[in-house]
Amino acid sequence: MEHTPPPFFVRGPAPLVRLAFFASLSLALLVLDARFGYAEGLRSVLALAAYPIQQAARLPVVIVEGAAGFFATQSRLREENEALRARLLVATLDAQRYESAHAEASSLRRLIGATERLERKSIPVEVLYAGRDPYARKVIVDRGAQHGLRPGSAVVDDAGVIGQLTRAHAFVSEVTLLTDKGLAIPVQVLRNGLRAIAFGGGSSGLLELRYMAATADVENGDVLVTSGIDGTYPAGLPVASVVRVERDASYTFARVLAQPLAGVERGRYALVLSAGAGQAEYPKDPEERKGPKSRRAKKPVADGR
Amino acid sequence: MAADRSRHLLLPVRTGTIVASFVGALLLDFLPWPDVALTPDFVALTLAFWCVHQPRRIGLGTAWVLGLLVDAGNGVLLGQHALAYSALAFAGIALSRRILWFDLWGQALHVLLLLEGAQAVALGVRLAAGAEFPGWSLFAGPALATLLWPAVVWLLQLPQRRPRSLDETRPL
Repeated sequence: MEHTPPPFFVRGPAPLVRLAFFASLSLALLVLDARFGYAEGLRSVLALAAYPIQQAARLPVVIVEGAAGFFATQSRLREENEALRARLLVATLDAQRYESAHAEASSLRRLIGATERLERKSIPVEVLYAGRDPYARKVIVDRGAQHGLRPGSAVVDDAGVIGQLTRAHAFVSEVTLLTDKGLAIPVQVLRNGLRAIAFGGGSSGLLELRYMAATADVENGDVLVTSGIDGTYPAGLPVASVVRVERDASYTFARVLAQPLAGVERGRYALVLSAGAGQAEYPKDPEERKGPKSRRAKKPVADGR
Repeated sequence: MAADRSRHLLLPVRTGTIVASFVGALLLDFLPWPDVALTPDFVALTLAFWCVHQPRRIGLGTAWVLGLLVDAGNGVLLGQHALAYSALAFAGIALSRRILWFDLWGQALHVLLLLEGAQAVALGVRLAAGAEFPGWSLFAGPALATLLWPAVVWLLQLPQRRPRSLDETRPL
């Protein structure tokens, strides 16, 4: 045992007082972070402090991957190369068709006077590791605010949407996956254009369409795509396919479950589609709108009075 | 009882040792583990060690700051680990005299209680914030960490066991 003379007089505050102090400090931070989102500045500073340690922790993985890549056999590489070449051919054909269709669509849109849809910038990212939070479904990707990523952008892979970029640190970002309980995405049924909102199902790995009337026209196998009405996700991205529809006469709503189409939990590379630049701002709160609104209240009021 | 066992006379602990051990624990925590729920929380384990063995050097302040670092590094709710680690440090310091009286596995049993308690605090915080319960495997991580306790004690006391130089400890 180590023997040091006990400090007779200098004791500081009692342990229980200290515990109460730090516990209340933590609780205050928790409330600020969870309810109001005021703690982001502190979080980014702390994340920057933890960044070198995180990078060092990734070193073994990087080394192992590098070694594995070095010893990859030539035959496997050749096979992969051929498969990729075949896919490229298909993709090129698709791209050509897309080009012509796009040109046609934009000329038609100009004809009817609609605004030109803004091109979105896409940034390829690599998934570094799954988020270290057993309570949420997140992954960390290798690009951050320094590379132009902004929170709110949609994240897709080659098969569809995998989630939304929810927090951009300086060099890495957090992507909340579709299956996270806290994520909702506006979708529509590809077959008939029926709009709905898909919520993450948590540990089941499925999505749930809530608030669908029991008589809604949804069937097994229906493909859900983004509807684009929120301005966050571009319209028409594949999201999920319906795997189960339960209609119970005793409930108002049908229970619709869907399986994500993209490799939500397994993909390695993804594309971040930057949030559209020219989208309209959110409407302000009604109370806030009353004051300055009188000046430009030229819109016809249609409240039925 | 372990009181009559012969114990090593230990050198006073250096601040560098403590800092290095915490950096190492953070490093282990940030490794890309396949399943987070089953992974021991090395920072909590190291914190428990220092709180039990050096209650005058390591206090709630250290625990709180470490908790914030882990929160930011893991991208979880800010304050979740800070609260859990503060409670862990408090319990560890309060029980340190009692815990040191036991042999290694008796100590490990106490540490199991401390770690599970910290995990339960974090769980309570997240459930209150609206997360879903991720399953009972959450409590397997601290149990696995407890199995590492004898190794941690041996490893972290290693710098204190080594004599500074041969001449200082020579009887003549």
